[in-house]
Amino acid sequence: MTSAVAKSTAHSIVEASPRSKAVASALVILYAVITILPLLWIVATAFKSQSDAIAYPPKVIFEPTLEGYVNLFTVRTRQTPDFIAKLPPPETWYDKLVRERDMVIAGPSKVVPRFVNSLIIGFGSTFLAVFLGTLAAYAFSRFRIPLADDLLFFILSTRMMPPVAVAIPIYLMYRQLNLTDTRLGMILLYTAVNVSLAVWLLKGFIDEIPREYEEAALVDGYTRLQALRKVVLPQAVTGIAATAIFCLIFSWNEYAFAVLLTSGEAQTMPPFIPFIIGEGGQDWPAVAAATTLFVVPIVLFTVLLRKHLLRGITFGAVRK
Amino acid sequence: MDKMTTISQPDDATIAGMSEPTRSRATRRVRGLSDRTIAWLFVAPTIALLLAINIFPLIWMIRLSFTSLNLSMSYLPLRFVGLDNFTDILSDEDVWFRLQTTAQFVISSVTLQVIIGFGLALLINRQFRGHSFWTTIILLPMMLSPAVVGNFWTLLLQPQIGPFNYLISLFTGVPPSSFSMTGQVALAPWTIVLVDTWMWAPYVMLICLAGLRSIPDYIYEAAEVDRASAWRQFWSITLPMAVPFLMLAVLFRAIENFKMFDMVNLLTSGGPGSTTELVSITLKRAAFEKWRTGYSSALAIILFVTVFGAANIYVKALNKVKQR
Repeated sequence: MTSAVAKSTAHSIVEASPRSKAVASALVILYAVITILPLLWIVATAFKSQSDAIAYPPKVIFEPTLEGYVNLFTVRTRQTPDFIAKLPPPETWYDKLVRERDMVIAGPSKVVPRFVNSLIIGFGSTFLAVFLGTLAAYAFSRFRIPLADDLLFFILSTRMMPPVAVAIPIYLMYRQLNLTDTRLGMILLYTAVNVSLAVWLLKGFIDEIPREYEEAALVDGYTRLQALRKVVLPQAVTGIAATAIFCLIFSWNEYAFAVLLTSGEAQTMPPFIPFIIGEGGQDWPAVAAATTLFVVPIVLFTVLLRKHLLRGITFGAVRK
Repeated sequence: MDKMTTISQPDDATIAGMSEPTRSRATRRVRGLSDRTIAWLFVAPTIALLLAINIFPLIWMIRLSFTSLNLSMSYLPLRFVGLDNFTDILSDEDVWFRLQTTAQFVISSVTLQVIIGFGLALLINRQFRGHSFWTTIILLPMMLSPAVVGNFWTLLLQPQIGPFNYLISLFTGVPPSSFSMTGQVALAPWTIVLVDTWMWAPYVMLICLAGLRSIPDYIYEAAEVDRASAWRQFWSITLPMAVPFLMLAVLFRAIENFKMFDMVNLLTSGGPGSTTELVSITLKRAAFEKWRTGYSSALAIILFVTVFGAANIYVKALNKVKQR
């Protein structure tokens, strides 16, 4: 037994040869670089001027500007040079930047409210889904529930429906309940979608915590709820965090429901970004700036989540 | 052992107001809730939410699928038309064509992703230096919002200004403005496959990697002792042991691709013409542009039954393979 374990960690015989390792690493790095290029291009585009962004041949080297970000956060109006000449001198660097393009800033754009919607709906639905999911997962993991397997499969199967299909009756239902285009409506909807993942994932994590810990606590006079709070939850905390991040990523990225069920008030970033239009069509630097801002948290989460990634995206069906 | 001792000394603050902890099971039951009540209380909210936001709408949709409801003419009384919507859909050549388009997309996309994903997993499994760093980079696309991905790929693929056409023309000499990846009938379906693969091949890779890591080393060691060639080892050990994982990846990807809406909607919105119109786009148009609610409900049910049925059959096959 011990020798087998030692062998499997030492890779005694089957260690890959240095040459095959070199070939493998070269191919993987090549693939990774090709994969990352489109993303880098977007990050770079966010720092281009509108004319550099649509230049041909495409510009790899350019003078960086924050024009894209200014255009993302403000609404600007075009003015005649005479009008601009009569204005008091610009007060800020972004005022100056738009004046050079014969424009003045008329006010803030809608990006901040949209981003706030993304945050509220994302965190709200994540909190609810993880809360409900933890309770249900604990019950499924620890108690004998009649038809548990059927219930779990039912919970999973709610994910097989194309969002576009469910959106029709939900649209009608929300219209009756005055929930269309409200944050509450979107939070409830995303919670319902996320809770299935939360239950499945958390059940896996809680299953791994030995029952003996709780039993010892129960014997010592804890109630079930105290045992859950003081013994199980502290042990499940990594699992809960990982689940929360997966739920957040889903509601952060969701588009189909958002585009079909919201039109303004509760609109999140994904349906908003593609329609950032500037003077003369799509304002690519502004779109790229929005994309970059929107994607940064996900990139950070991905790095944090590496260990749990597989479980989260396969409903815990595959464990690493 | 350490944990056990800390547990057996309950924090005074939490049980403040309680008398001496007692070891009697009966008292515990009285003081706290019974296990059955807790189980019921804990599961009920989740089930209630799913019933309210999934099952109730689903039943409503089934009811609507037998009506001729059109939301743009909602002043008309709700009229039941029996199975008319279903027969309309199933006898409509356009719908069959959309299903065919979707099937082609699912098959080509999933095939490509499995090949690339499995290949990458085999390479990364060599555990060269820095492999975890590069793996993380490769995993990034699948964490992004498909809508945002679809949107920024339209920039990359622009015929006049996009870097993609520029690179192609650099290597082939074809003028970049002479082809449009998303705008040409012959290229558009492949563009979707390409972007989808860029995004999701890492997913297959991740599952395959888990599969490869689960193969115990002693099997290879035995093969090594028997002087089996590398090829032989691949065909008789690696591949068979990875098959259940590959099948799982195919299942998840196929379901997701069949449902796919967001990325295509932004990348080509079904065009040019209807070359990339996947069923989900047809469904969205029927439901939210033509407002034919009865008809689109029927279509949604047909799709759901298809996915659900196919997934069930497939899972049975998967379980058989796993047991082997």
